[in-house]
This record gives sequence, C-alpha cells and structure tokens, in this order.
Amino acid sequence: MNIVVCVKEIPDPEIPASAFRLDPESKRAILPGGRKLVISDYDERAVEAALKIKDSLDSKITVLSLGRESAQDIIRHCLAMGCDEGILLSDPLFDDSDSFATAFVLAEAIKRKGEFDLILCGRQEGEWDAGQVGSGIAELLGIPSVTTVVNIEIRGGRVVMERLLWDGHEIVEVPLPALATVSSEIGEPRYPTFRKVREASKKEIPVWTSQEITPAKPQNRLLSLFIPSHGEGKCEFIEETSPEGKATRLAMTLREAKLI
Amino acid sequence: MDRNMDRSEVVIVGELEEGKIASITAELLTVGRTLADELNATLSTVFVGNQISPEVASEAISLGGDKVYIIDTPLFKDYLTDTYVAALESLDREVKPGILLLGHTTLGRDLAPSLAFRLKTGLTTDCVELSIDAETGCLRKTKPVYGGNAWATYVCDAGHPHMATLRAKVIPPLKRDASRKGEVVHFDPQLDEATARVKVIDRVREEMPGARLEGANIIVCGGRGIGSPEGFKQLEELARILNGAVGCTRIPSDNKWVPASYQIGLTGKVVSPSLYIGMALSGASQHLAGISGNTTIVAVNKDPEANIFSRAHYGVIDDYQKVLPALIEECRQLRSSGSPGGDDKLEE
Ligand SMILES: Cc1cc2nc3c(=O)[nH]c(=O)nc-3n(C[C@H](O)[C@H](O)[C@H](O)COP(=O)(O)OP(=O)(O)OC[C@H]3O[C@@H](n4cnc5c(N)ncnc54)[C@H](O)[C@@H]3O)c2cc1C
Repeated sequence: MNIVVCVKEIPDPEIPASAFRLDPESKRAILPGGRKLVISDYDERAVEAALKIKDSLDSKITVLSLGRESAQDIIRHCLAMGCDEGILLSDPLFDDSDSFATAFVLAEAIKRKGEFDLILCGRQEGEWDAGQVGSGIAELLGIPSVTTVVNIEIRGGRVVMERLLWDGHEIVEVPLPALATVSSEIGEPRYPTFRKVREASKKEIPVWTSQEITPAKPQNRLLSLFIPSHGEGKCEFIEETSPEGKATRLAMTLREAKLI
Repeated sequence: MDRNMDRSEVVIVGELEEGKIASITAELLTVGRTLADELNATLSTVFVGNQISPEVASEAISLGGDKVYIIDTPLFKDYLTDTYVAALESLDREVKPGILLLGHTTLGRDLAPSLAFRLKTGLTTDCVELSIDAETGCLRKTKPVYGGNAWATYVCDAGHPHMATLRAKVIPPLKRDASRKGEVVHFDPQLDEATARVKVIDRVREEMPGARLEGANIIVCGGRGIGSPEGFKQLEELARILNGAVGCTRIPSDNKWVPASYQIGLTGKVVSPSLYIGMALSGASQHLAGISGNTTIVAVNKDPEANIFSRAHYGVIDDYQKVLPALIEECRQLRSSGSPGGDDKLEE
C-alpha cells in the first residue's frame, strides 16, 4: 500500500496564554526564546495511523511537508518513527498559503509523486486551527474523504474506518484511493528508536520549489490578528489547612453564590 | 452585496436534532438575519434529510428566516459527505448565494471544507464573529487561532459564496415570532446512489449517564490527573448529585477512560454551564475554547502555576483525590437540605 502523510510544523500549541505573543508585522505568533517549531499534534497521529497499517501490511509511507527549511526536522522525525521517505515543499512563494493554497500545493505534489492509495492528514493543525486541508486535498484530487478517523482496518482489500460523531461513532467502508483525517483517539505516536533516529539523520530529503509545483493564490485574506481579552482573571483561592476543609469551604462558597 | 442580483441570498445549512431545529441553526439564523438585513438580502435556510417534518420550515421562519429550501429524499436519510456536498453544490448553482453559513458541528466540520473546495471559494471555520466589511461588502470572519490564544479576522477575496462555520453557543438565538411569513421551496438535486462513494456500515451512539453535556447547567470536568476510569466514576457521582454532566479534556478521551463524546474544547464540544468544576486539568487554551458564556469556573489542581487558575473564579490548590470525596459528601448533604434557592425541595 502506498501511503502519503501530510505534516506541518507549528509553534508549540501548549504555550500558556501568559507566554503567548504576536508579531503584528508578520501577523504570526512570536516563538518564545529557545523554543523550536514542533510537528502539529494531529499530524503526528496521522503518521502513527500510517505506521499502524505498515505494521501489518507491506506499505511505503511518504511524508510531505509544506514549510520553511526548518520543516526538514519534523520530516526527519517522521522518518525516525518509521516512514520511508520525505519531501519538503518549500519556496517563498508558498509562504503565505491559506488552507486553499496549502491544499493545492500538497495535491499537486501528490500528483507529481505519482502512485498513492491512501492519504492521511491530521484533522486540524494547531496554528490557524482551520481543519480544511485534508478535505481540500481530497476534493482537488477527486477522491473521497473521511474525517476525524480513529481506527483504520484493511482486510482483504476492504478498507474500513471508524470516525467520531458528536454522540458516538460510525463505521464506514471506503474505496481506495481515499483520504482520511486522523483524530488523537487513534493512539499515542510511537517513539523513534535510537537506531532509526541515526538512519533518518542521514537520509536525503528532496526539496520541491515553485520550479516543480505551481503555487496557488490564497482565497482568504488575513485582515487582522489580535489577542482577545478574557476579562480580569481574578481567582479566589480557598485557603484551609486540610483538603477536606477546602472541600467544605468550596461547597459552602458555591452554595452562597447559589451555584449548587 | 457585489451589486450583483445573483448574490442576493444569505443561505444557512440547517441541522435537525431528533427531528427538530438544532440550537446551532437558531444561532445561525440570528447572525444570518443581521447580515441579510445589512445587505438587503433574503435569509434562507436549507434542510437536507429524509421525511423532514413540515413544522421545521415554519419554525425556521419564526426564528428569523425568509425562505426555506427542503431537500428531502431517501438518499439523504443519513449524513454522507458525498451526497450532501453534491446536493448543496446543486443548490448553489441554482440559488447563487452571496453568503453560505454552517454550524461548526460534527456535520459542519466535515461538510464545509469539502463544499468550499467544490465551490472553489474561501471558507473560515469556527467563527465567533461575523459581520459585513463596510469597505468591500465582503463577509468579515473572525475566529480563534493558535488554540484560542489569538483571534484572526479574514475576508474572502476570490470566489463565492463567502463561507463560514459558526462556533456553537456564541450567539444567543432570536425570540420566536410565529407571525413571520416566508416561502418554502422543495428542491430536488436529482442525485443517484452512486454519488456516495463512502458507505456507512454502522452508527453507534454512546450512552451518557446523567444530563447531556451540551445542555448541562453544571459540568464536572476531569483531566489527565484523574488517571483512570475509576477516577471518572467519582466525578460521575459528583455530577449526579449536582444534576450535572461529566466532561473531560482530550487526554482521558485519548486514553479511553471515557468515551470521546465527553471531550470539551476546540476539537470537542462547546458547553455553556453556569458552573464548571475542572479537576486535575491544566487549562490549555484548546480546552478552554470549549467553555462559552457566563460560566463560573472552579479549578482543583495541585500545581499553583497551572494555567486554569488564570481563568478560574475559585481555586483549590490540592490533590483532587483528597478533595473530591469530601466535596461529594458535602454536596450530598447540601443537596439533601434543599436546592440553591434554599426553600424549595430537591428534584430527586
Ligand atoms: C489542535 C489542537 C486541538 C486540541 N483540542 C482539544 C480539545 O478540544 N479539548 C482538550 O481538552 N484539549 C485539546 N487539545 C489538547 C490540549 O492542548 C491539552 O493537551 C489538553 O487539554 C491537556 O489536558 P489536561 O489539562 O487534562 O492535561 P495536562 O495539561 O497534562 O494537565 C494535567 C493537570 O493535572 C494536574 N494534576 C495531576 N494530578 C493531579 C491530582 N492528583 N490532583 C490535582 N491536580 C492534578 C497537573 O498539575 C496538571 O496541571 C488540543 C490540542 C491541539 C494541538
């Protein structure tokens, strides 16, 4: 099975609100000093989903990332996890891609690469939180998409996926080629072994630029980016010597406030 | 809008819940009404499904709509990306709306991106504010980004309709006005079975004990620090006593301590209880994104530096395992001596 996984590097999404800063010029978050960009969390789960298939079925996994030079690091991370090859899509002309332009460049790269059976993406990246690129690639390639997938099974040529619903889940049968966006319930991403990390560090990662792939014009324009106000954060701490005392005081306080 | 007659409708993709209009659709009608009035446009709602009750259309009109499209054949009994995208693509060709809005729900999250790419237009998902740009007449779409640490405002420069999905519970619905009059149009996109490439084999609904999370007035929410399914049993006990519901952060759902449908946040549910008690969770912005409205937040966490305390109204710095049993006992006693008003009896 030929699997393509699309991954993105983003600022660490777990940065606490108090440390979060914006650069009004570039309309981007400022990376706190010393921090590196990380692989977007759901994308890493998509890699894990691909590796789970490879565990039981002879497969080749190609990782694609649209990003700056530094995105080589996350591609190498995916190779160290067990993926077979990676391609970086990088060009100043790709830099300000919105969901549309990103999906377009990725879809063109997938076409250029040639054969594929299954494309996997994270359900949503943690920077712009748009959740559109996966479905977009599927539309552009004219293949079906299944979103928020938490399990993939391939048995005798039948591909069965489980996806989340708001009040449960649904089991669907998907003809290949197809695209799936993966949710975190698929399971924790595996750790790369030391040997794999060493191997990955030696692998060549080709870079495709606007020479190879025509960029697309974004459809949405970012007018402004700002930090919203959440009002005055004023926490009243319940101070008592014992935890039981705190529980009692908390319950009383909530009762006085007519909340319970 | 566009000074183009074709683009004189604002269309909402309606959703039903147990046959009735879902709250997100009422919220969309409120925003849609404001936008349509500003543009002098017609506000329409489209319902796709099978055996849709005629009351749905009149209800959508009472809630602020001018027009309702009904797409109702057995093919649309269950939601499928392929059939719904094709149906709405066909409606778009017929109606040519200027603006197309969906809810940021299970359906909208799946349908809106595919539809936007099919229609070759720009979509902004999970919006919390929608308005008309005075200068260009375009739809201004504001949404949280960076997990909610920042907000971004977009306009779509290329393509029509201008599309957005709206986050649940950020807009209060309009009051019903049963005297409103409107038009109902039945629309048949003439699709056949072959449109659906993906086939549904089974749909499984998870039973949630107690109140429904989305409508609950009190929510007891657990995070990574709860540590096990047994820990959640205790949270369920507290929720039961308070007539509330249990929620979780992403970690307990990833670890399968509770079903995924318990998850609150950016990729989970949006809730607006009057009281939220968060236990052993750090208060990541992606989690807090799921708490909307005028909610009193209580946090129990052993780390005084936890981010949740910067948003909480009441904080307890301690091990939840020591606080929770006493809190359960205390609440049981309080509840058995009456509800918050003091004099009326408890429902149970
Ligand atoms: C794109 C994206 C979307 C996401 N969507 C969501 C979402 O919808 N919902 C969501 O919740 N998360 C979401 N996340 C994940 C989110 O960023 C956090 O990782 C997650 O919310 C953390 O959960 P937590 O607070 O339970 O765990 P942690 O951050 O690990 O916090 C655990 C806390 O428990 C405390 N603790 C531990 N043991 C005890 C104890 N015995 N007593 C008291 N306190 C204790 C610790 O001090 C710590 O503060 C998303 C992430 C991304 C990137």
